[in-house]
Amino acid sequence: MLRIEKLVKQYPTGDRALRGVDLMVPEGEVVALIGPSGAGKSTLIRCVNRLVEPTSGKIWLRDTEITALSARRLRQVRRRIGMIFQEYALVERLTVMENVLSGRLGYVNFWQSWFRRFPQHDVDQAFALLERVGLSDFVDKRADELSGGQRQRVGIARALIQSPDMLLVDEPTASLDPKTSRQIMRLITELARERGLAVIINIHDVPLAQLFVKRIVGLRAGEIVYDGPPEGLTPERLTDIYGEEDWGAGQAVAGADSAQEMDPEPSPIFAASTSNA
Amino acid sequence: MAELTASPVTSRRWRKPPLIRNPWLRWGLLIGALIYLAVAISSVPVDDARIARGLERGGRMISSFLRPDFASRWYDIQIGVLESLTMTVVSTVAGVLLSVPVGLGAARNLVSAPIYLACRSIITISRTFQEVVIAIVFVVMFGFGPLAGVCTLAFATIGFMAKLLAEDIEEIDPAPLEAIRATGAGWLKTVTYAVMPQVSARLVGLSVYRFDINLRESAIVGIVGAGGIGSTLQTTFNRYDYDVAAAILLIIIVLVMTTELVSGHIRRRLQ
Repeated sequence: MLRIEKLVKQYPTGDRALRGVDLMVPEGEVVALIGPSGAGKSTLIRCVNRLVEPTSGKIWLRDTEITALSARRLRQVRRRIGMIFQEYALVERLTVMENVLSGRLGYVNFWQSWFRRFPQHDVDQAFALLERVGLSDFVDKRADELSGGQRQRVGIARALIQSPDMLLVDEPTASLDPKTSRQIMRLITELARERGLAVIINIHDVPLAQLFVKRIVGLRAGEIVYDGPPEGLTPERLTDIYGEEDWGAGQAVAGADSAQEMDPEPSPIFAASTSNA
Repeated sequence: MAELTASPVTSRRWRKPPLIRNPWLRWGLLIGALIYLAVAISSVPVDDARIARGLERGGRMISSFLRPDFASRWYDIQIGVLESLTMTVVSTVAGVLLSVPVGLGAARNLVSAPIYLACRSIITISRTFQEVVIAIVFVVMFGFGPLAGVCTLAFATIGFMAKLLAEDIEEIDPAPLEAIRATGAGWLKTVTYAVMPQVSARLVGLSVYRFDINLRESAIVGIVGAGGIGSTLQTTFNRYDYDVAAAILLIIIVLVMTTELVSGHIRRRLQ
């Protein structure tokens, strides 16, 4: 499905964010991309849909070489790649429905988008997706009225209404509380399985990734240093990726994390406060 | 610790360090500035007799201002006020419509360097010249009358609105912009969905504010012949009809205050 060959990205400042990355993601596979901040995770997924222009290397989606496309053809290919963001990246002043329908912008013409006259098929699909992510009652609410978890659900619906072949997911849970994080990860992985999507998820929370994903790729300083199952992430491997740390103590923290989830008090208040910040 | 407890016997003096370290330079500059000020003041010609006559004329002017005459030239005043309001509405609408594309083009996060520079230079030209100077140019081009005034105000509106709009656009949250681009939307659709919703409230607020400014300016540009109530005012001054001038000034004050109140109210509601 997705094939990345010798991908290099050097920023004008001279920072080499990616130093020759090779990666294959077959259809229906969910890959978690882990690594310290600045390892190039964000750059890597943004190179796939060329929100960031790679310096060299090739990227193929099915039979299309993304790195060789003209601006016009690139926009057509972007329609097939859904993207989900850390801070949700919704247009806050638009309604939930408008945000979801904005996923169809690559398919409709300008005047349809200007007057919000989307084809009935798109509107039906939007309602169905909002139902699927549990937001049927929020259709005409403005996006800034929602909690963090709800916003991310809108973000997921917006990505899926593109009818994508693959999803790029950038730190989907970084702004969410532990319980909501798990719900969002579960939703993304379930939807990916239902639709047979190839998915790359950037994620900081290693235990969370291990819980939901069958394949983990570790990135350090722009190079892949681990590619394998979650069970293979031994303390030595984690040291390879993140550097020296007492990983045994990290397990204890992970334990405390799940204890927090047992807390009977639901946590949307926490999510709302972080999203307002 | 031992040093700290041992030292308080001898107290060290401290003064704020002077801005200019060299005392010769410091005092030299100060004395030089004082001498220049004295010379400059003495060089302004003051004609006592002229001031005395002027005070007398001023007194007459003020006394007629206390008896404003609305009635004798009411028709002219009416026409002037209507013309000013028309100029304000037309120039604000035209100026805002033209300023949106210029403002989009002058936002660095939306366009390439050549378009950015072109739009920025339009803004700079519009903002360099004061309304009165532009009005004189347009009066020369189109002759006396409200057309020159409308063109002046519309042109000034472009500079004002486009600059503030561009600054707003440059400060929008970039995340939705990226997200909309990632859906495969082109430039226009990205602007419609990711940029406009973030700046539209501010755009309306600025337009209302500019309406308010244009009304005030319409009185000024009239004085150089660009139509509106300013032209009427100018005529009354030429005829020494200070009582009519007073009436016109009062009307302008009321108009400006009213629009200011209304526009302030609208802008508060938008936030």
